[in-house]
Amino acid sequence: MSKIVELINVFALLSLLAVGGGTAVLPEMEHVTVERCHWVSDTQFAEIYSLGQLAPGPNMTCVALIGYEVSGVAGLLAVLVAFFFPACLLCYFASKVWDAAEGSPWRDAVQRGMAPIVIGLMLAGCYALGKTASYNPAKDWDVNLLTLGIGAAVAVILSLTRINPALTILAGGAAGLFLLG
Amino acid sequence: MNDAAPRISLSKLFSVFALIGVTSFGGGIVAYLRRALVDKEKWLDEDGFMAALEISQTLPGLNSTNMSVIVGRKLRGPAGALVATLGMILPGAFIVTALGFTYVALRHDPKVAVVLTGVAAAAVGLLVQVTLKIGWKQLIRPQDLLFVVVVFVLVGIFHVSLLVTLIAVAPLAIWVHRPRTEKEAA
Repeated sequence: MSKIVELINVFALLSLLAVGGGTAVLPEMEHVTVERCHWVSDTQFAEIYSLGQLAPGPNMTCVALIGYEVSGVAGLLAVLVAFFFPACLLCYFASKVWDAAEGSPWRDAVQRGMAPIVIGLMLAGCYALGKTASYNPAKDWDVNLLTLGIGAAVAVILSLTRINPALTILAGGAAGLFLLG
Repeated sequence: MNDAAPRISLSKLFSVFALIGVTSFGGGIVAYLRRALVDKEKWLDEDGFMAALEISQTLPGLNSTNMSVIVGRKLRGPAGALVATLGMILPGAFIVTALGFTYVALRHDPKVAVVLTGVAAAAVGLLVQVTLKIGWKQLIRPQDLLFVVVVFVLVGIFHVSLLVTLIAVAPLAIWVHRPRTEKEAA
């Protein structure tokens, strides 16, 4: 039971701190769930995040799987509610206030001020995932070369084409199977 | 005036958002939302959509669920917000749960392990590309770049808590972009 309460505390706070989208809380989430609470390993965290990229809808629904790892189905449901409900409730009331502040020059200031913070957080998220998923010192150099190569290839392909990102994730899985298997 | 527009039923609201929730593979939900809400159902015009998007991007929480809350509220009040948000979240949550159960059962299979290694490596590439695309779109200026680096170092390298980082950095960043009166600007 205490595990469930702990899950709810962690994910409810993350929910409210997710400025500029779920990706912004990725580095904090990785640090808390892997290094502080030891709920999942760093590899599991990267894999769970990747599974989220293969499902439709908001890509952060995958956080439910961290709850599942900790406390089974009860943990899954607890995390889902804790991660989505507080932010939605805040949005409900804050969007009313925001409508009322229509035309205030401070709205623009908030938006332009927060933009670089969100980018910094997203970069930290890339680093938090990449330090196990792209370059893992515990693995051989040829594995690391391949994982770095897959990541670079996906980034380049997505920059140059309008292919569905989920397909590039599946292609990464196929590359892993045929080149590492 | 508003009475002239037909009242949208909650079940219709749910099914439209659930369709987005189940078809939007590979992220980019905003594009799906625009197609459904502006082009197909005509519940919002382009300006209304952009205004809603602007709020959902500024408030904490996921853009997709914030959009569901805001649009659901505009169309049908609190019940509309709830129904639209559930429609957005539930299909993906079911699918990710099914994927997760398979993952937990099979993850020690060496073949599955190498597939997951490839999948995770590709997910990093996707995240890097999205980050650079958004960063480029904001046309970050030198003083903004400073905030990008400070936030990255604090949260990414030193693991300063996100709450502390936001409390310390956000007011400063907003102050830099504060609205200026004629006198101040001179």
